[in-house]
Amino acid sequence: MRGWALRPDSVTSTGALVSADATAAPWLARYAGLRMRLPGADLGWLSHLREEAAGAFARGGWPPRRHEAWKYSDLRALAAQSWHEPLAAMDRTLPAPIPALGSARAVMIDGRFRPDLSDLDALPPGVQVRGLARVLDDDPESISGRLGALAHIHDHPFAALNTLLMEDGVVIEVEEDSGFDGILHVASIGAAPGGRPVAFHPRVLVVLHKGARLTLAKSAEGGPGATFLDNPVTEITLAAGAHLTHVRLQDLPDSAAQLATTYVRLAEDATYDSFVLVAGAGLSRNEIHATLAGPRATCHLNGAQLLNGTRHADTTTAIDHAASNCASRQTYKSVLAGRSRAVFQGRIHVHQVAQKTDGYQMNQALLLSPDCEMDSKPQLEIYADDVKCSHGATVGELDEGALFYLRSRGIPADEARSLLVHAFLADALELVGDESLREALSEATERWWRKVAA
Amino acid sequence: MLAIENLAATVDGKEILKGISLEVAPGQVHAIMGPNGSGKSTLGYVLAGREGYEVTSGSATWNGSDLLAMEPEERAAAGVFLAFQYPVELPGVGNANFLRTALNAIRRARGEPEMDAMQFLKLARAELKKLGMPDEMLKRSVNVGFSGGEKKRNEILQMAILQPKLAILDETDSGLDIDALRIVADGVNALRAPDRAMVVITHYQRLLELIVPDQVHVLANGRIVKSGGRELALELEAKGYAGLGLAA
Repeated sequence: MRGWALRPDSVTSTGALVSADATAAPWLARYAGLRMRLPGADLGWLSHLREEAAGAFARGGWPPRRHEAWKYSDLRALAAQSWHEPLAAMDRTLPAPIPALGSARAVMIDGRFRPDLSDLDALPPGVQVRGLARVLDDDPESISGRLGALAHIHDHPFAALNTLLMEDGVVIEVEEDSGFDGILHVASIGAAPGGRPVAFHPRVLVVLHKGARLTLAKSAEGGPGATFLDNPVTEITLAAGAHLTHVRLQDLPDSAAQLATTYVRLAEDATYDSFVLVAGAGLSRNEIHATLAGPRATCHLNGAQLLNGTRHADTTTAIDHAASNCASRQTYKSVLAGRSRAVFQGRIHVHQVAQKTDGYQMNQALLLSPDCEMDSKPQLEIYADDVKCSHGATVGELDEGALFYLRSRGIPADEARSLLVHAFLADALELVGDESLREALSEATERWWRKVAA
Repeated sequence: MLAIENLAATVDGKEILKGISLEVAPGQVHAIMGPNGSGKSTLGYVLAGREGYEVTSGSATWNGSDLLAMEPEERAAAGVFLAFQYPVELPGVGNANFLRTALNAIRRARGEPEMDAMQFLKLARAELKKLGMPDEMLKRSVNVGFSGGEKKRNEILQMAILQPKLAILDETDSGLDIDALRIVADGVNALRAPDRAMVVITHYQRLLELIVPDQVHVLANGRIVKSGGRELALELEAKGYAGLGLAA
């Protein structure tokens, strides 16, 4: 069978891998070369998982555009580029300043956890943050059965690729009824020293036990002109009543690409409150799969995509309502300038058991130039009969009447446009509850706008 | 002094204004009345500089400067203000931020120092009070969820804060009940000043009982067909536009 299955199939591949897809070959070769040196190589369960991922990736390779889920995002240029392994981190010089988003921070450079640059002293005893490679060496039992539990390696090419080649990442665990009053900041920086294009595949595991709470801020940045492909997979397990606020700021240079896939599973009464600001990257995809597995769980997936030049940004969400009385809300806004292109694909699947589901999805785009393009695909699949689900999508230009109204009051055209663009984004940014994070996202928006307006 | 001479303008290729001449001196209030579709609102938009309104002949000068050559924001800086018949809703733009941005843009253009948030708030609160508007109006998005009366009052609030020298009020009375009409008219009357010219565009005479004009012009089919004192408005009220031989 060729291509990406919709369901896990039982075929696993062992021994020599023969790829049906040419795009998979260099990655499988790398895996073959690294296999024995990857962290956790001596762990049976992990080796098995990697082999399974290798089989899946060998069959499907990089997704072509005829694959429905990848119809609007053309990855051919990325697939054709030759990517290298990141070099071992040698020096402490940071290629980009780390934004100050929290009172504790874990730093990854080119996908590798850097304890020397991290500062986790502020964390209380119930909140544990560790590097993944270290955990695989010292304490693998603590994550066996968790790592890979949510990521769908059979359905998703980059979940498979990440599983195949992950070398490091961050493991976050919050004990029952514990929490952190501050913000935990995970900073990812792409360095790609020496102009050598690198690809990295960090894995982040987040486990919040019963009643635990955490605000997690993730930033993704890169050195100017650094060429890298960041392929992170994040698996988030929220036990009963747990509450995770997850705010992400992606501000990568045009030379960088990010394919980020996040899986979230919510037990009863758990809350996942996510906001993703895409302020930069030549190409990015932020994909979130959330499963509302217990009654009364709440999931907010919000975000904004800011594009100019020839950038491409894709937000793809899939929410599974698999229990009753759950609520999901999504508000995504995109502002496009230049010849940029943005994608929003949002699927809400309401299973038959998920009575009293309250689902809402809004996706709006503002086009500032005639040469940009927005592709929007909402998808509602409802199999329960007592549900409230609504969605809306709008794509438009700046309102000429509003612009004239502002100018007639003396506000110069540039300033009027700026006011209207910020106003368009305001009701999305307002959904970020934490004031300092909202401020940081506003500043990133402002930086982006100054580049566009210049 | 506003001087309009033989002004003609088209919208979407259709001639709406067909040669209008009008002079309004500082300190004067001129009313422009006319049936629907006569070109009243078009005149307001042309003077404020809205795109899509193409002037095909004639001129409009403001204190000797060519008004038609200026951008809308330059006209505002020169003292021109149009109170919209249908004020535009601006979701996400706070009323206070909007007003302060506008005021400071105009002050900047005139070489005056900008107002800080505290100074502005003091000014805005005083003007709100005069118009019987709660302070809370400043926090809301511009005109979003405002009633018809609140929108019109918000226009007068902007006028009071921006202190224009030429105010054009486009059907400021439409959609107002008698109490709201009185508040709006009081607001306008309070702004009457020897150095300020006003053009009041209206369909009905009732506004002119409250804002008493120095002159009344009747606009029909793109031309001023009759001018006179305030008694002309009363005559119109008694006989209707049809009574003057004009299509209603």
